[in-house]
Amino acid sequence: MPEREQKKRQAPPREETTEEAAPAGTEKGEKLKAELDDLLDEIDEVLEDNAEEFVRNYVQKGGQ
Amino acid sequence: MAIPKVCGIETEFGIMGGAGEHNPIAASSALINAYVNEFQRRVGWDFEDEAPGNDARGFAREGSAPPEVETNLVNTVLTNGARYYVDHAHPEYSSPECTSARAIVIFDRAGERILIRSMAAAERMLGAGQGIVVYKNNSDRKGNSYGCHENYLVDRAVPFAKLVHHLIPYLVTRQIFAGAGKVGSEAPGSSGTVNFQLSQRADFFEEEVGLETTLKRPIVNTRDEPHSDGQKYRRLHVILGDANLSEVATYLKVGVTSLVLAMIEDDWVADTDLTLVAPVQALRRVSYDLTLGLPLDLADGRKLSGLDIQWALHDLAAKYAHERGLECLGPDGDGDEVLRRWGAVLEGLESDPMTLADQLDWVAKYRIVDGYRERHQLSWDDHRLAAMDLQYHDLRPERSLFSRLDMQRISTDAEVETAMTEPPRDTRAYFRGKCLQRWASSIAAANWDSLVFDLGTDPLRRVPMMEPLRGTAAHVDSLLEGCRSPAELLERLGS
Repeated sequence: MPEREQKKRQAPPREETTEEAAPAGTEKGEKLKAELDDLLDEIDEVLEDNAEEFVRNYVQKGGQ
Repeated sequence: MAIPKVCGIETEFGIMGGAGEHNPIAASSALINAYVNEFQRRVGWDFEDEAPGNDARGFAREGSAPPEVETNLVNTVLTNGARYYVDHAHPEYSSPECTSARAIVIFDRAGERILIRSMAAAERMLGAGQGIVVYKNNSDRKGNSYGCHENYLVDRAVPFAKLVHHLIPYLVTRQIFAGAGKVGSEAPGSSGTVNFQLSQRADFFEEEVGLETTLKRPIVNTRDEPHSDGQKYRRLHVILGDANLSEVATYLKVGVTSLVLAMIEDDWVADTDLTLVAPVQALRRVSYDLTLGLPLDLADGRKLSGLDIQWALHDLAAKYAHERGLECLGPDGDGDEVLRRWGAVLEGLESDPMTLADQLDWVAKYRIVDGYRERHQLSWDDHRLAAMDLQYHDLRPERSLFSRLDMQRISTDAEVETAMTEPPRDTRAYFRGKCLQRWASSIAAANWDSLVFDLGTDPLRRVPMMEPLRGTAAHVDSLLEGCRSPAELLERLGS
C-alpha cells in the first residue's frame, strides 16, 4: 500500500494545524457539549420508564 | 467489464405488542394486513421459482427442495415493487431492485415510512393500547438475531471461490463505517468484557462460508438463487450487515460493497492479497475495538488494522475509478460520490471518529449512550444504557432516539414519499410496480422474476422477467400507456 504509507507520513503537519486552531476548537468543543446536553435532556424525557422491564421483555426469536 | 450493480436490501424488523399475549407472528401479520387493507389492493407472492437450498458452490442441499414455504403467512407485493411479508416471526420489507446506493437509501427509507404507517394502521385496526411497535435493529440483546440482507447482481463468469476470497477481508472490516453499534456483547463467554461494540451482528457469526442464515451464520452466504437468468448472473446474498438508520451508513455499505464487487469482476484486486488468518475471530476483534487500531493477522504475515484494510481497498478503488470509470455503480456519478464519501469517512475514523457522529450509526449511538452514562455516573451494564440501545432503533418518531439526532441525509423527504408507492424507473421493478398500480385485480401473484396474470377465462398467464434491467420505464412506458387492459398487454407481449 505505497499510497497509504505516504498519507501516514503526512500526518504530523496536520497535527500542527490543529494546535494553531486550538482556541476556536475549544469554543467548538463547548458548543458540541451544549448540544449534547440538550439532546440528553430530551432523551431523558422519552426514555422507557422502566428500563429494566423493557429490556427484559424485549425478546425476538426466529430471525435469520 | 463489470456488470451494472443491480442491488436490493431486505430488513427483518423487531416487533413488540399487538392484541393479547404477545405473539410475534400474529403481530407481524396484523401489521402488514392493516397496511395493505388501508393503502393498497392485495397481491400475493408467487413461490414457483424459489430455491433457497441451492448452493453457489454447486450443489443442492438434500431435502431442501421444495423450499419451506409458509404460504399461510402474509406475503404481499407493493406498488413500489417491494415485497412486504412475514418472515419467520418478523415483518420484513425487501426493497425493489435498484441501480445505485443512493436509490437503495431512498427505498430503504421508504420501507421505514411504510412500517411507520403500518403501526398507525394496526392501532386503528386493533384499538388503542393494542399498538404494535417496530424496531429496525438486529438483536434482542439475549442472543437472538435477525437480519438485514443485501443482494447484488454479479457476473456468473466470476468463480464463486474468487468472490469469497476477496470479499471476506472487506466484509470483516466494513463494520468500521457500517456498524450500527451495540452496548455490550452477546457472544458466548464475552459477557461483561465488552462495553460497547461497532456492530449489532458480529456476535452471531461462526463460519466463513456456508448456506445457513439462522444457525452457524457464515460471513459469506452461498445461497444460489439468482432470481434472474442463472446462466448470466448470480445474486450475491450478503447476510452479515447491520440494519442502519443512518443514511450515510446505508449508502456506504451498499455503494462500497458494489464497488468492491465491480473490482473483483474486473480482476482489479487479483494482485492484492488481504486474506485474514482467522476471519471469524477478526470480525469480533474489529467490532470490539473502538480504537480501530488493533492489528489483524494476514496470511502473508503482515499485521493490518481494519482501517488499514479499508484504506488498501480504497486506494485500489481510486486507481480503478481513474482508469476504468464507475459507470456500473449508477447513472449520475453515483460511483464517484461513493468513492469520495468512503475516503472522507475513513479519514474521519483515522483522525477522530466522533467527528462522524452525524454520519455513522455506531458513532451517533456511542455519543449519546456514553454522554448519558457520564451524566448519570452509570456503569456500562446499567439497564438504562441497554434500553437506550434498543430505543435508538424504535421506528416510532415520538420514541425513536435516532430521530432526535441531526444526521446528514442522502435522500430528500419528497423522494422517500414518492418511493413508498412508485417503483424505481430503471429496473424491472418498474414493470412490476406499474402493472400492480393499474391491474392489481388481474394479477394472481408476483415474484422477483415474474408476474402471473389471471384474466378470469384462460389459465393463469406468467410473464417472465429474467433480466433485471429490462422492464424499465424506457422499455415499457409507451407499451403500458398503449394498453387499456391486461389482456391487451399480454397480447402485445405475445405471452
